[in-house]
Amino acid sequence: MNIVVCLKQVPDTTEVKIDPKTGTLIREGVPSIINPDDKNALEEALVLKEKTGAKVTIISMGPPQAQSALREAIAMGADEAILLSDRAFGGADTLATSNALAGALRKLDYDIIFAGRQAIDGDTAQVGPEIAEHLGIPQITYVEKVEVKEEILRVQRAWEDGYEVIEVKTPVLLTAIKELNQPRYMNMKDIFKAYNKEVKIWSAADIDVDKSLLGLGGSPTKVKKSSTKEPKGQGESVNLPAKEAAAYAASKLKEKHYI
Amino acid sequence: MNIADYKGVWVFAEQRDGKLQKVALELLGKGRDLADKLGVELTALLLGNDVDNIAKELVAYGADKVVYANSPLLQHFNTDGYTKVICDLVTELKPEAILVGASFIGRDLGPRVAARLHTGLTADCTGLDIDPETKHLQMTRPAFGGNLMATIECSSNRPQMSTVRPGVFEKLSKDQDRKGEIQKISADLAEKDIRTKVVEVVKACKDCIDIGEAKIIVAGGRGIGSKEGFDVLQELAATLDGTIAGSRAAIDNGWLDKSCQVGQTGKTVRPNLYIACGISGAIQHLAGMQESDYIIAINKDADSSIMKVADLGIVGDYQKVIPEMIAQITTLKEEK
Repeated sequence: MNIVVCLKQVPDTTEVKIDPKTGTLIREGVPSIINPDDKNALEEALVLKEKTGAKVTIISMGPPQAQSALREAIAMGADEAILLSDRAFGGADTLATSNALAGALRKLDYDIIFAGRQAIDGDTAQVGPEIAEHLGIPQITYVEKVEVKEEILRVQRAWEDGYEVIEVKTPVLLTAIKELNQPRYMNMKDIFKAYNKEVKIWSAADIDVDKSLLGLGGSPTKVKKSSTKEPKGQGESVNLPAKEAAAYAASKLKEKHYI
Repeated sequence: MNIADYKGVWVFAEQRDGKLQKVALELLGKGRDLADKLGVELTALLLGNDVDNIAKELVAYGADKVVYANSPLLQHFNTDGYTKVICDLVTELKPEAILVGASFIGRDLGPRVAARLHTGLTADCTGLDIDPETKHLQMTRPAFGGNLMATIECSSNRPQMSTVRPGVFEKLSKDQDRKGEIQKISADLAEKDIRTKVVEVVKACKDCIDIGEAKIIVAGGRGIGSKEGFDVLQELAATLDGTIAGSRAAIDNGWLDKSCQVGQTGKTVRPNLYIACGISGAIQHLAGMQESDYIIAINKDADSSIMKVADLGIVGDYQKVIPEMIAQITTLKEEK
């Protein structure tokens, strides 16, 4: 069995802070990490590798420094890694990104494609399903459990208020959520392997995709403007003994007809 | 593509088990505003099996027209069937914009449809408007975990698509006298079109109250310290006829069920009253609750972020303040 995991290197948004003076994002010193949902996707691929002897290939798109995320994936146990890196891919929205990744996937063998549900720097959850559409294969999103019975998968798909169990034949694309598993740490043996392993770099010339579908030019959506969110007007603050503070709060609730 | 060929605003009317979802009504409310600004029709797109009563409801909530695709294969949501039916209808009828709720259905269906139609999709929007000059849809969404708001356009492709966060827009009031055209069609769909098979459906918590629907919410976070700490919050919620909820920390610690999570990775709520107890106010949490009408924060730290969005900030220990509040509220209720 061949499994391909789509993975993205992202800034750790929990570390992103706003400069209170300029109102802009402070990006310096923010660590880059493997996107959390993608790490769950990778973990599940590695679990299936242990069970079935599947080959696990990682693909990613990003600047050359994203190689470090791919080396981390190898150090966790992945077999191969491919990074799509080319200025021609730059400025891509989700559709252009999915066109590039689907182009790379067409050159690979796959029975299961895993992706994270969404990346923490964009939270769109769109690239996975868009890849599945370009490849013409079924998708199951919000995956929290996977069982493989030869070419049939039994997949537990989360809902807001429960879950459903879905059966599907490979090839299929699955998007992982954090409930799926607990990602492993890198292991010593594979860390050494990761140093020696080549991360293949593919440019736009290496995939058979019309250039008009890639990068900024292939992106139907464009960011027109961005701004930091304004906090709403300052409310009132009370620092009183508990009894008095509670009485004040209760009087406010009455005034506003909540009681 | 000649974008002038595309006219009208569509709203995906999400239903589950024959029940119209609240987000669909919110989309109709916003869709009405956008359609009026453009001077075009507002169409609700309904997929299901024998849901004629929902079609009428959509008109009462603001739709000029309902395109209702009926098939037993559309009874339960499935990506393949829903995508095929929607894409076929879009190709035939050419709407200029499609709004889809950013639910677990919409976020599965939206990108699949957008990719098939080769158009742009903006995820999880919290603001929508029309540019008065170009008439392009202006889609605003949070990025970088809510640290940044981005306004996005899809100026040269049609339809312009967005998934819209539930709980952000307001529905219109129901008007049974509104007139609208219901166009029922039988969906061109065969079993072979659907490659997934649902073998089991499990509802996790039947008794759970949907916090997205709650008018009054009492929420707790890391500062509550333990599962038992939530008892007094529950009591306050009961006193106010409200619902309990929590921040990510409360859910990750196992103090509350995941369905009760407010924030970027949980639910967006906009109740009339939100009481935040022991919640410091991570940006991801604020993104999910700051549209609430009136916010009270109870926190030991006067400088915490939650205090900046609160209408009333109480600096203090929830264990002392809340029992007093319960007593005071009970007294005020008895005076009535």
